[in-house]
Amino acid sequence: MIAADKPVKPASLMTTNLVFISRSLRHSLRNTEALLMAIMLPVMLMLLFTYVFGGAIDSSGDYVNYVVPGIILLCAGFGSSSTAVDVSNDMTNGIIDRFRTMPIKSLSVVTGHVVASLARNLFATGVVFGVALLVGFRPNASFLEWVLAIAVITLFILTFTWLFAAIGLVAGSPAAASGYGFALLFLPYLSSAFVPTDTMPSWLQGVANHQPITPVIETIRGLLTGTPLNDSAWWAVGWCLLILAIAFLWSISSFRKKAGRR
Amino acid sequence: MKQSAIEISGLRKSFGKQTVLSGVDLTVPAGTVFALLGPNGAGKTTLINIMSTLVSPDEGKVNVGGYDVLTERDQVKQNISLTGQFAAVDEVLSAEENLRMIGRLSGLTAAQSRLRTMELLKAFDLVDAAKKRVKTFSGGMRRRLDLAISLVVSRPVIFLDEPTTGLDTISRRALWDIISQLARQGRTIFLTTQYLEEADQLADQIAVINGGRIVASGSAEQLKARVGGEVIELLNAHDEVIHTVPTTGSIQDISRTLNDLAHSVPPGTRVNIRRPSMDDVFVALTANKKEVLHV
Ligand SMILES: Nc1ncnc2c1ncn2[C@@H]1O[C@H](COP(=O)(O)OP(=O)(O)OP(=O)(O)O)[C@@H](O)[C@H]1O
Ligand SMILES: [Mg+2]
Repeated sequence: MIAADKPVKPASLMTTNLVFISRSLRHSLRNTEALLMAIMLPVMLMLLFTYVFGGAIDSSGDYVNYVVPGIILLCAGFGSSSTAVDVSNDMTNGIIDRFRTMPIKSLSVVTGHVVASLARNLFATGVVFGVALLVGFRPNASFLEWVLAIAVITLFILTFTWLFAAIGLVAGSPAAASGYGFALLFLPYLSSAFVPTDTMPSWLQGVANHQPITPVIETIRGLLTGTPLNDSAWWAVGWCLLILAIAFLWSISSFRKKAGRR
Repeated sequence: MKQSAIEISGLRKSFGKQTVLSGVDLTVPAGTVFALLGPNGAGKTTLINIMSTLVSPDEGKVNVGGYDVLTERDQVKQNISLTGQFAAVDEVLSAEENLRMIGRLSGLTAAQSRLRTMELLKAFDLVDAAKKRVKTFSGGMRRRLDLAISLVVSRPVIFLDEPTTGLDTISRRALWDIISQLARQGRTIFLTTQYLEEADQLADQIAVINGGRIVASGSAEQLKARVGGEVIELLNAHDEVIHTVPTTGSIQDISRTLNDLAHSVPPGTRVNIRRPSMDDVFVALTANKKEVLHV
């Protein structure tokens, strides 16, 4: 009974990924507090911006249409930031050593967290859209525009999740991972998410217009509410792919370094 | 001659300026139980980590299951299972989910994995706790689960880093049975322990590591013989040893010795015949580096 039967062939990469994805999904579902926060926080922010600040920023009552894309990105950024903590937890717990002594691609443990984050965030985004419609968000997008907008949001979540995964891999502890992650979450405030950038002082406009979040927001806003797109879609996709590639390579190399040759 | 499961020669490892292993040579024949003893910080865990591909050696050759740990990592991983010094379990999942996850990752089908999980839960007395999250487990339960996880699939070489630390007597005995059973099936078991009785009971071969080197190795009997043979101890009324005389252990020798002594000792003196224990071996081989604690 202690004896296992004959030796078995190692699991395929496909199986390994599926097992780690289902593990991370279970983790997500059991961490109800984080899940609730990931949904509640953006909803609260949206209510705050539409009902409290909205009147002061734009008294026409149209502000909700302006702010929803920004809230969506804030929601995605916040939701994916918990990946840094999840990854760091795994790396500082003995379990990574077990995975690394098994004949599998142990980086899949990170892939699992990334896919779970994607699922979690798309769900939260859906909820935020729902609440947005309730408080007066009126998109005029065609079906195709919706599909494109969701594709851009998905790409954005994927990019930021890998970035946070890399942060989780280099951070010394889950608490540090959470701290670094928090710093990144200020980016949306320095973009066109909440106010048009031309209302900012000129030095800040330079930052706000040329940071990656602004074109992503402009793209989503353009697709959903028909504001001019110009070339922001190209910038959005370009930025995301660039950051995604960097974050992915950074993850692989720090995974090797951290878990590898000590 | 039996094939070797582990062959190490000239192994060196430093962390920064600190040299942890300074020339370790070691051979473990396949199908035997090998116990590594040594004081805290001697490098036992480091050695196990090197053999299980987690840490790279600085110098020397390390072969496990016939494969080189540096150049043939993947093959080594297919031949080993590691139970580290600290439990490597998923706290968020239940015991059952942990076992099934590792089963799937090891290449079992979902059905095989479920079956194997049931067997192991039973063998490690975790059936009642199967559905509970590991976060709520006691230290000993966690340890048992950790051991169960490393036996999900059959691997020829099994590393156990202080496997019985934190287990109660019953669980410890049960684990000893399991280890003997695994050895009988031809698995090679490399374990470290702080319990010398454990090494004495289980191991075919014992090595003591101290100051970065193997300072002694052999069977328990050979090691005990190194620190001296049997002795006759005379104890006073307070159980304090007042005199020791070496003996061959034969009845003639003992009776002669006792006859000689009988007239010169105070009344109430008692006799004890003692063979050296693994504790004596350990202290004799590692005492040089340890400072005596004064309380
Ligand atoms: N990753 C590391 N970085 C730096 N130093 C390390 C590292 N791992 C181990 N050491 C050092 O190497 C030495 C040996 O550690 P090791 O864990 O191998 O000892 P051990 O024999 O297993 O001790 P114990 O009986 O306490 O488990 C210690 O002094 C430890 O501080
Ligand atoms: Mg140790």
